[in-house]
Amino acid sequence: MDTTLLVTQVLNGLQLGLLLFLVASGLTLVFGILDFVNLAHGSLYMLGAFICASLTFATGNYLIAILISLPLIGLAGYLVERFVARHLYERDHLDHVLGTFGLILVIDTLVHIFWGPQGIAIPLPQWLDGQVMLPGGIEVPTFRLLIIGTGLAAAGGLFWVVNMTRLGMLIRAGASNRTMVGALGIDIQALFALVFALGAVLAGLAGMLIAPITEASIGMGNNIIITAFVVIIVGGIGSVKGAFISALLIGLIDTLGRSFLDDVFKLVMSSDAAETSAPAVSAMLIYIIMAVVLAIRPQGLFPPKVR
Amino acid sequence: MIKKLVASLALATMIASPAVAGTVKIGFVTTLTTPAAVIGKDMENAVNLAMEHLGGKAGETDLEVIFGDDGFAPDTGKQATDKLVKQDNVDFVAGYIWSHVLLASRKSALDAGKFLISANAGPSQMAGPLCDENFFSTSWQNDQTPMAMGEVLNKQGVKSLYVMAPNYAAGKDMVAGLERTFKGEIVGKDLTKWGADAQLDFSAELAKAKASGAQGIFVFYPGAAAGAFIKQYDQAGLKDTLPLYSVFTVDGISLPKLQAAKFNAVLGSKITQEWDPSLDNAANKKFVSDFKAKYGSYPSFYAAQSYDAIMLIASAVKATGGNMEDKAAVRAALKAANYDSVRGKYTYGNNNMPIQNFYLREVVADADGNWTTKVVETVFTDAVDPMAAECPMK
Repeated sequence: MDTTLLVTQVLNGLQLGLLLFLVASGLTLVFGILDFVNLAHGSLYMLGAFICASLTFATGNYLIAILISLPLIGLAGYLVERFVARHLYERDHLDHVLGTFGLILVIDTLVHIFWGPQGIAIPLPQWLDGQVMLPGGIEVPTFRLLIIGTGLAAAGGLFWVVNMTRLGMLIRAGASNRTMVGALGIDIQALFALVFALGAVLAGLAGMLIAPITEASIGMGNNIIITAFVVIIVGGIGSVKGAFISALLIGLIDTLGRSFLDDVFKLVMSSDAAETSAPAVSAMLIYIIMAVVLAIRPQGLFPPKVR
Repeated sequence: MIKKLVASLALATMIASPAVAGTVKIGFVTTLTTPAAVIGKDMENAVNLAMEHLGGKAGETDLEVIFGDDGFAPDTGKQATDKLVKQDNVDFVAGYIWSHVLLASRKSALDAGKFLISANAGPSQMAGPLCDENFFSTSWQNDQTPMAMGEVLNKQGVKSLYVMAPNYAAGKDMVAGLERTFKGEIVGKDLTKWGADAQLDFSAELAKAKASGAQGIFVFYPGAAAGAFIKQYDQAGLKDTLPLYSVFTVDGISLPKLQAAKFNAVLGSKITQEWDPSLDNAANKKFVSDFKAKYGSYPSFYAAQSYDAIMLIASAVKATGGNMEDKAAVRAALKAANYDSVRGKYTYGNNNMPIQNFYLREVVADADGNWTTKVVETVFTDAVDPMAAECPMK
């Protein structure tokens, strides 16, 4: 194994981890602060991709499309909160799961009706479509670097909001003790709606970033939502820092597992057996990590300080 | 006791009585939900076009098609098949994009004495040890198309190859098929996660392929995964260093989308197939031009095979005058393949797989500027699939 390949794969892992973080951060905020299990979070990710795809064709520019799509997806998040989630807060988690699972089916079908079953490929501007040569002869697609940059910027922005601003203070306070925040005269309803919309924007952004790579397709959100749940469980529910670290961890483990596990297996078993078992084991790898974390530290690696 | 006897007799007559007199029912299982529905839609369109061309009739007998959705999952596909067989009591079960779905569903159809016609999937098992007198294919056995590609690679002097395919029955068959004919070295192989939550980000695999120093990359990514793969291949800038050789990846479904997104890397790429929209025969010309007129795009090979499946069934129904009771006669009529296939004339081998030509095709822009494929040369003539010898039927 040479270093160039290793560095490339670490970058790939980083990119996957940052995308996961964008989805998981919204999920962990909503789960941590609102105590609401939102399975339909992945649908917002998908909606982001589809809206951005349509706008890219309408405006002819991918970046402008993203800028217009972000407030739209925030609005979609607000509508979901206002008309579905708000009525379910008082119920137990099973009702959340049922309600938001229903929402997934509704949104998937609406997208099917509106955009058709075939999915949309997003064209990239010329300057994003090439490759960049990094020091050491490592060539990476420009767009993947953009994902890493955007992901880091979004993570930085989120840390600033959560840790440095009044809004962030309220969010953290809400995560620790909702009742007390409400008793202090804060409009908890509005805070919840805002957190929901913020989560939607982050998930939507992730969808917009992945769409030029894998294209916008129905059900794309359902794949990532499971991994996002793994991320927040490993990281500690409600913790943005935990989501960040565990998203990177999961992204790296998944990518490196896919790249090098078969070589590792070949050391101890026949090449045929390694080729068959490695893909299966690497698909399981992140769930094994989750099981280990749950067994040793059920509250997650970085749980928020609680009530 | 008497009551029980009467009841079971009544039940027996209900089961034994043919469907509505004068109507033959065809169940058609494909994927109508999940991103793979894009393939299912193309097949559904082709089936509807075939029914239109037939006027809904085979001879004097009315034909009726009932669609079933496999949801891109073997268990759902089996349920859809069970529903068609038990509830709708169809005479033929056709369709099936996915090998793992067909493998899971075969017993439901065959054990009930139905005729099973695959319009796409060709798992090696069902052409070999699990072959059945009531199972016919209007497509190919999975190994064959990549075998043709292996032959092409040998001719072009490619010595080393990186291989990527999804980790399921057909993916493994495709790799096995390539290995049967390709004489060079396979320097690396990745089988990626498949199904409703298939892996679509191939960054890690492409980085490995690039580092492997292979002279080319062979892939099999059907349906929605094709667009994702081609795009990432394009973005990684591998066109010049790692030429793309694919089977069932670039097709009438992915090309319009790739063209809309301007992925020029795919122009000129080579694929092998048993059919092409440019094949010169009357049935194909009518099929392609009517399909384009009705649905606004070139038909994919899935569509061509689905069209053939309905035409094959219609030919058998017509030959037997719609009498579904005489299984042997229907079977003989199917085996004769006495219809105008869009791929041209073909025959059935001992395992009821087509004995047919395979062509090398190239991605080009047509007279109107739309991306499509054209035939470059014939790779195999009247090819018998490699599993035929393992089928106990003679």
